[in-house]
This record gives sequence, C-alpha cells and structure tokens, in this order.
Amino acid sequence: MSSPIKVATASLAGCFGCHMSLLDIDERLIDLVGHIQFDRSPLTDIKKVGPCDLGLIEGGVCNAENVEILKAFRRQCKILVAVGACAINGGVPAMRNQYSLAECLEEAYLHGTGIDNPQIPNDPELPLLLNQVHPIHEVVWIDYFLPGCPPSADTIFTFLDELLSGRPIQFAYQQIHYD
Amino acid sequence: MTNSFEIDGITVPFSNGQTIMDAALTAGIYIPHLCHNPEFKPHGSCRLCTVLINGRSVAACTTPAGEGIVVENETHELVTQRRLLLKLLFVEGNHTCPGCEKSGACQLQAVAYHCGMLAPEFVHFYPKRSIDASHPDTIIDFNRCILCELCVRASRDSDKKAVFNISGRGIQAHLTIDSPSGKLADSAFNSSDKAARVCPVGAILPKHKGYNIPIGQRLYDQAPISQVGDVAKHQEVADE
Amino acid sequence: MIADDAPQSTTHMTSTGDGSAHELLQRLIELQQTYHHIPWTEIERLSRQLSLSQSHIVGVIEFYSFLHTTHQGEYEIFISDNITDQMQGSRLLAELLAKGLGIEIGTTRADKRVSLNYTSCIGMGDQGPAALINGYTLTALTTERINQIIQRVDASTPLDQWPRSLFEVSSKTRRKDIILNSEYIPGAAIAAGLKNGPTSLLNQLEQSGLRGCGGAGFSTASKWRFCAAADAEKRFVVCNADEGEPGTFKDRYLLQAHTDRLIEGMTLCAAVIGSSTGFIYLRGEYRYLLQPLNEILEQRRKAGLLGQSILGQANFNFDIKIHLGAGAYICGEESALIESLEGKRGIPRSRPPFPVTQGYCGFPTVVNNVETFCNAAMIAQRGPEWFRQVGTPASPGTKLLSISGDCERPGIYEFPFGTSIRDILHACGAQQTLAVQIGGAAGRMIPATEFNRTIAFEDISTGGSFMIFNQNRELLRAIENFTHFFRHESCGFCTPCRVGSSLLAKQLSKVMVGHATAKDLDEMSILGSLMQKTSHCGLGQTAANPILDGLGKFPSLFQSRLRATSFEPAFDLDASLEEARLLTGRDDPDAHLEGGGV
Repeated sequence: MSSPIKVATASLAGCFGCHMSLLDIDERLIDLVGHIQFDRSPLTDIKKVGPCDLGLIEGGVCNAENVEILKAFRRQCKILVAVGACAINGGVPAMRNQYSLAECLEEAYLHGTGIDNPQIPNDPELPLLLNQVHPIHEVVWIDYFLPGCPPSADTIFTFLDELLSGRPIQFAYQQIHYD
Repeated sequence: MTNSFEIDGITVPFSNGQTIMDAALTAGIYIPHLCHNPEFKPHGSCRLCTVLINGRSVAACTTPAGEGIVVENETHELVTQRRLLLKLLFVEGNHTCPGCEKSGACQLQAVAYHCGMLAPEFVHFYPKRSIDASHPDTIIDFNRCILCELCVRASRDSDKKAVFNISGRGIQAHLTIDSPSGKLADSAFNSSDKAARVCPVGAILPKHKGYNIPIGQRLYDQAPISQVGDVAKHQEVADE
Repeated sequence: MIADDAPQSTTHMTSTGDGSAHELLQRLIELQQTYHHIPWTEIERLSRQLSLSQSHIVGVIEFYSFLHTTHQGEYEIFISDNITDQMQGSRLLAELLAKGLGIEIGTTRADKRVSLNYTSCIGMGDQGPAALINGYTLTALTTERINQIIQRVDASTPLDQWPRSLFEVSSKTRRKDIILNSEYIPGAAIAAGLKNGPTSLLNQLEQSGLRGCGGAGFSTASKWRFCAAADAEKRFVVCNADEGEPGTFKDRYLLQAHTDRLIEGMTLCAAVIGSSTGFIYLRGEYRYLLQPLNEILEQRRKAGLLGQSILGQANFNFDIKIHLGAGAYICGEESALIESLEGKRGIPRSRPPFPVTQGYCGFPTVVNNVETFCNAAMIAQRGPEWFRQVGTPASPGTKLLSISGDCERPGIYEFPFGTSIRDILHACGAQQTLAVQIGGAAGRMIPATEFNRTIAFEDISTGGSFMIFNQNRELLRAIENFTHFFRHESCGFCTPCRVGSSLLAKQLSKVMVGHATAKDLDEMSILGSLMQKTSHCGLGQTAANPILDGLGKFPSLFQSRLRATSFEPAFDLDASLEEARLLTGRDDPDAHLEGGGV
C-alpha cells in the first residue's frame, strides 16, 4: 500500500468494548499503523469526521446525537462497518425496547431508589433519546458487519488486513461469534 | 440391494419410510435444521432444511427419501436462502446473544455460523415478551423462542403432560404454558422432563448453572454444528 | 352444555354432540354466540368434558378471528375489508358507523353493547360494502343503512326484529352456460351412479376431464380413485365451502341456489369411495346459510336421498354434517380444513401423506370444492361428452367466476374454460380496465397487455375470483390490501410466511408513505422469492404474489414513489423523538431529526 488509508471510529450506544478489542490487536497494531491514519475517533482528539476510506461504528442508535454522527460517518466514509453486537442488533442497550421511554426515564429519574430532586433532564445540551434503540443499518446503509461482543481482536485484524490487501474477506470458523 | 439417492453428488442409502433428513443424518451428511430432532415426529416449520429435488423445494425433514432422487443441499442458492430464514428468526425475537446463558451452545447461533450469517440485517421487531422465572429449577425466556415446538412435542409425546402449547396466529403466534396462572411453576412441568432438554435455543433453561462452561470450550466454540451435531443430543449426555 | 337461557343460536346445532375433542371448535362458536366471548368457566368445563388442556383450548380460540377470550359487544360487528369493499366506500362507512356508535374501530364499547372490527373478505364482493353482525351478513351498506344499524344497536333491538332487507343476499347470475343452464333432477345422478356402479362413474368422471374447481385443478376422478383404493375401515367426504379467497363468492351462490347438486355430488362421491359420513365445512362468514342448508339436508333425508338406505339401497348409508369455520382463511387449505374439522387450530399438515390416504381422523378423505361436487353431479346425469362440449382439451367444461370491482354488472358468470379475459371484461361491462386480479389475493395481477390470456388450467388457473380495477384506481392500494390480508391470515407455523408476511407489509408501508428507495424494492423481491420457495403451504408460497406481480408488471407504481437517495432509514427519525419531546417539554432545533420511513 502506498498512501495510508484513513479510518474513523465512533462508539454510539455501546460500551467501548469493541474499541478495546481493536486495541487488543496488540503488537500487530504496529504493522497496521503504517497503513492506517486515524481521523475522528476516541483514539484521536479530532471532533468532526473528515473524508475517510473506512468508518468503524460500535454501538446502536439510541439518541439524536447518535443519528447525526452516524449520518456524518456515512457521508464521509467510503466503507462503513457495523462493529459488534450493539451496532448489529442493538445489543444490550436495546433491551430497554421492552419498555416505553416514559417507563425508562421515570424509573431512572423519578421513581427509582435514592433519587434527589426527581426530574427528567431537559437541558438542550443533552441529546434526546429515541423511543427505541435501533441497529445502525436501520438508519444508514452499512457495507459490512463484524459480529461479536466484542468481535475478537483477531477478527478485527483479519478484517483490516484482508481489506488493506484487497483480498476477499474470509474468516476462520472461530472468528465469527455473536457474543 | 439397498435403496439409494444422491445428495450433492454423494450416494446416500436409505430404507423405506426414511425421510431425506433421516437418511442424510445416518450417512453423516449435515442438512441444517432447527425444529427437527430425530426423537420426535418431523415438524417442518423452521424450513431451514429446505432442499431441492429436481428443482422443487421441499423440507428434507418431512419428505420421504425416494429411489434415485437427486437432492441439492449445500448449494450457493440454498445456503443464501437459509441465511435469510435465519435472519428472519433473529429479527422476529429478541436474541441478545451476549446476555444469554445458552450462547455458545445455541443451535440457532450454530446454524447461523454454519450458514455464514454475519448480521440479521432486516428491520428488528423488538416484540415485547416476558420471562417466566416462577419455577424453582427452570426458566422460560419467551424472547428467545423460535416456535420450533420441540418442547410442545416432547411434553405431549414423551412426558405425556402437554405443558406447552402454541396460541395466537401469524406473527402473534406464541408459546403458552398449561396452568391456571399460565406460569410454569403452576404447571405439571418437572425439570427432569424431556421437554426441559430439547430447546435448541435459550428459551427453556435450567436455573442455577448459567455460564458454567468457559468461553472457548462451549459446544460450538471450536467446531461447526455440521461436525458437532445438535445441542439436544449433547444436553441428553450432559444430564446423564 | 350451555346455559338454559341460551338464545336462539342453539337451534341449529352443528356439533357432532359425541363429547369428543373434535367438537371443540363448534362448541366454542356456540359459546361465542351466546356470551360474546368464551368465559373462563366454560373453558374449564370444556377442558373436563372433552379431556383437552385449557391452554389447548385457548390456543384454538386465539387462532380464529371470530372467537375471543375478552368480552366483545352484544352486537359483534365485522366490516368486510377487501379491496372491493373499500372501492365501494367501506372505510368511510365504517368510520361513520364507529362515530355513530361512539366507538373506535377495533374495540368494544365500554357498556359491552357493541364491538366493531374489520375482517377479511366475507364473500359479498358483488353487493358490498358488507359486514357481519353476530355472524349474519349485512349487505349493500349505505349511509342510510348504517344509520338504521346504529339506531337498532342503540335501541338494543334483537337481530330477528331487524328489517330482513338489511340481510338480503341476492346472487345475480349474469351469464349461464352448460352447467347453470342444465336442469337438475334430484336423485337422478345418484340413481345413475348406483345403477352403473362406482367403476363406471369413475370412468365417466375421468372421461369428462373434471378438475378441482378450487383452483389447484387436480383430477377429480384420480382423487376419488386414490381415496377408494386406500386401505381403511372408513372414508370421508368433505366439501370445502370455506370460500375465503378475497373476491370470490360463487360457492355462496351454489350453496344457496344449487344445494341439491352439491349434496348429490357428495353423495355420489360417498358411493364411489365407500363413505358413510360427509362434512360441509362452511366458512363462518356464511353462517346465514347454515339453517337453509340444514333444511335441505333434512328434506333429502325425508326423500330417501340422504341418510339410511339411500334410494332404497339397503347398504348405502351416507349422511352429512355441517361444520362452521370461525374466521381463518388458511382453513381453505385442505389439510388445515381437516385439522379445523377435528376441532383444532387450522395448521396445514405436512404432505405426504395426502388427505386421500390420511385425512379426517387419519382416514382416507376426499376434499373437494363446492363447484367440483356440483359439476360431478351434473356429469353423472348428463355424461362426459356433454361436459366436454365446451372448454379446452386440458380444461374441459366451464368455470364459475365471481366478478367484482370496476364493471357495470358484477355477479356470477359461467364461462367455458379458454375464454379470454378481454371477452370476460366485455361481458361484464368493464371499461378502461387497468388490471384484473384473477384468483384472489393469492392469484395473479394481470395487466391490459395480457388480456388475451385465457381462464384455463394451462394458462391462468383460478378458483373463480375476478376483481377488476379501472384506470382511476391506485393499484398499489390493492397490493397493500392483499399484503395486509396475508399478514393477518398467516397461520404462523413456518418461518418464511410468519415473519416474511410481516416484513413485506412493513416494507410496502415504507413505499406507500414515499420513504422507500430502490434498495427497499430489492429487499421485497428477495423476501417474496424466499416465501415462494420455502413456505410450508400455498398461503405462504403465494402471499408475496401481489408484490412480486406489482414489481414485475407494474414497476412504475413503485418507482414513482421512490426517493432518489440510495438509502432511507427504516423508521421515521423525527417521530421517534416525539415521546422524548413530550417527556422533556423540549422543542428546540436539536430536538428534531430529518428523514426516515414509517
């Protein structure tokens, strides 16, 4: 590869576990670093995503800010990948879909135990919650899916390595799991 | 001279009365399935075992084997079809694999791995379903039920109890429990029942022993279901 | 089995009364009529009497649209919601009715006086908009008639004191051919059949080339022959009068106007296969026919044409019981129908074995459509050459069509097989026709460029539904109506139909509201094809036909509503913030989003 490919990453309604798994690539990261340049990502301090070759999204879509970030990624990234269970099917955060948003907020801010000054936060600075958590493919077109909670470092490395080398992406049996 | 037919070019012997699935399993050929368990009457509802006979789609588990028929099984088209069916099952329920004790030994997962499903991709239904934790030894998580009716068949045909039933119609179809309260604890169910050991997914689970096998050593962690076989078979062994 | 003060509904008992589990559905139908729901105490009682588990009984109740565990109104009203009803203004009338009754559609009024729901086509396409009230059919609804209904509900007038004109079903036979023009002599077919013997009768049927008129077109002679040849102690004759395919009503006409032919055809079948018991599975929507049918059965018993020693033949005993359906389209599928006859949920069986070898209670069973039995009776009277004088070599004889929609003369038409769609449209006075839906929701949508095609098993095969749409119609509405119909009627047994029919409906809604992209159309094609190839029964295999035909033959209907973008969200983004806006009282710019589907 001649010039490095630009990669942006984001964690929406996720736990950063998928990002941890990315870092878990360990020493192989050094091989990759020569080929990759990070744009917006929790790993850099870049606030706005610029034109990128690859976007990696962790987490599902739970609020208005998630939607805006996801749309910005879609606009800027040639290839957008759903990384991990939450991005793929909402994951654990989507378990709140069993309840109405009112039930969730009332439990968290009004009726739950140990609450002082019960009120539902309404500061305009806070992103508004969607009535349900959604997988990211329901909001933007997704080019590739990497399952796992998180996908193993090995799986992420295989994906990046094969993508960089232009080979068809193929995984060993053990590299694909949904948990 | 025995009867035989062909699956993907391999000659498979069969005896009269055997289905395509029976003969394939006997011959060690894997045809993906979820609602089928050789111990029970074939059901044909999950449609995962759909194969082609002379270009005609049939369910391998309910179709009798026939002399000289040519069956297509692991073709690109059929594997693609199966992936779609699996995706439908995943979006229909609430399958949060990371939070499920059955994960790693779940047949829905295993068949999906076998068929190369990376994500469910369709719109998710997120149905509102409940959990029945009333019974001291067994928990029912309706979120994960795929309506294979194995528990219905096992309870009715093996346990002679008919604890489980299906109610509703269409997308409203759902598993029910026969008891005055509708709760498992008030039913005739016992954790030693056959019905407790046939669920291919995490809908019927024993209590008190979740996550007892480390990741990496679980049933389908290292090898695909085509080699390992159905989870029900292993559940039987584990319980003995 | 029900309270002593039970109303008139018990007069015409339908159940076998033998205390077996097979009675369940019939008992539930009576209970629903009596109590307007199935009370829990009755479920417990049935459970004891029929040795069935309570959850099994609830499972049956929840399968059928006309049975409820929750209290419905003393007047249970169901508005027929087929596209042809809608084209006749049913939706507006339903809203008018709802308003007048002070009730939301889909609910029961707080005082339990009345409940109002939509239901699938009730077989009145030639005289819609139509509705059911406590099982009885209201036809040709108008604002005026809706007001009459509201007044009588408010006054709690018993149904038998309502004007009969509200319930009048008039079947107009607009075109007759050899079948309907032929005079029928009661008993002549049976006499001929008995005189010549079963073998000769089967040969006659075979020579006539009669094929099943439900749409599948299986050779009637072969079906009877297979059943007769199956080794068993008993055999059964079943008439499929579950005419549920949207837009069809020709069996309604035959049941009403040619009952004797039907019963004679069934009796002939009994003579051929050696059966002593027959069933007419009458769809719940045709409950108004139950009493007249029972009366004719009784007349025939008295005339020695049914019951013991038919026509004096000592060893020929055959009688017929009528079973009611309770609002489930799937029960028109023959094996689901048999399950329903056995009192169960109408889930289609795996085949093989076919009903001819293992049908009702595991015994060999012939299941034929109403029209097939009627034709068989006429063939036995008139001979095969008479039948073959019209039609085509592969499709001899004629076909009854139920014509509705945009034409001057909707009604029953008998046409020889091989008649072109163009000729049919001309005969019924259809003008500027955009498309015809032939064979009901499960059938095919035929564009004008194909109007030279013919009604025949070798070309367009149909059970008889023929719905016409003129150029002022929005065809996508029909496609949507059929797609929702299948979502509602899927039995839920197999994965592709259960989930696929819901996803298709969702995707189509996205098209309807103008939020879909080309990718959504691709997804509908993929789902449709999957359902066709992998579904357990004919319902699932045909449920995507409306969308697939639409995409294939009327692509512009869909294309014109697409977004130019390559992708649109699956849900309405801004609407999904509404709940949070209400909870927080926010309405600032950041409290809104743009884009999305439904």
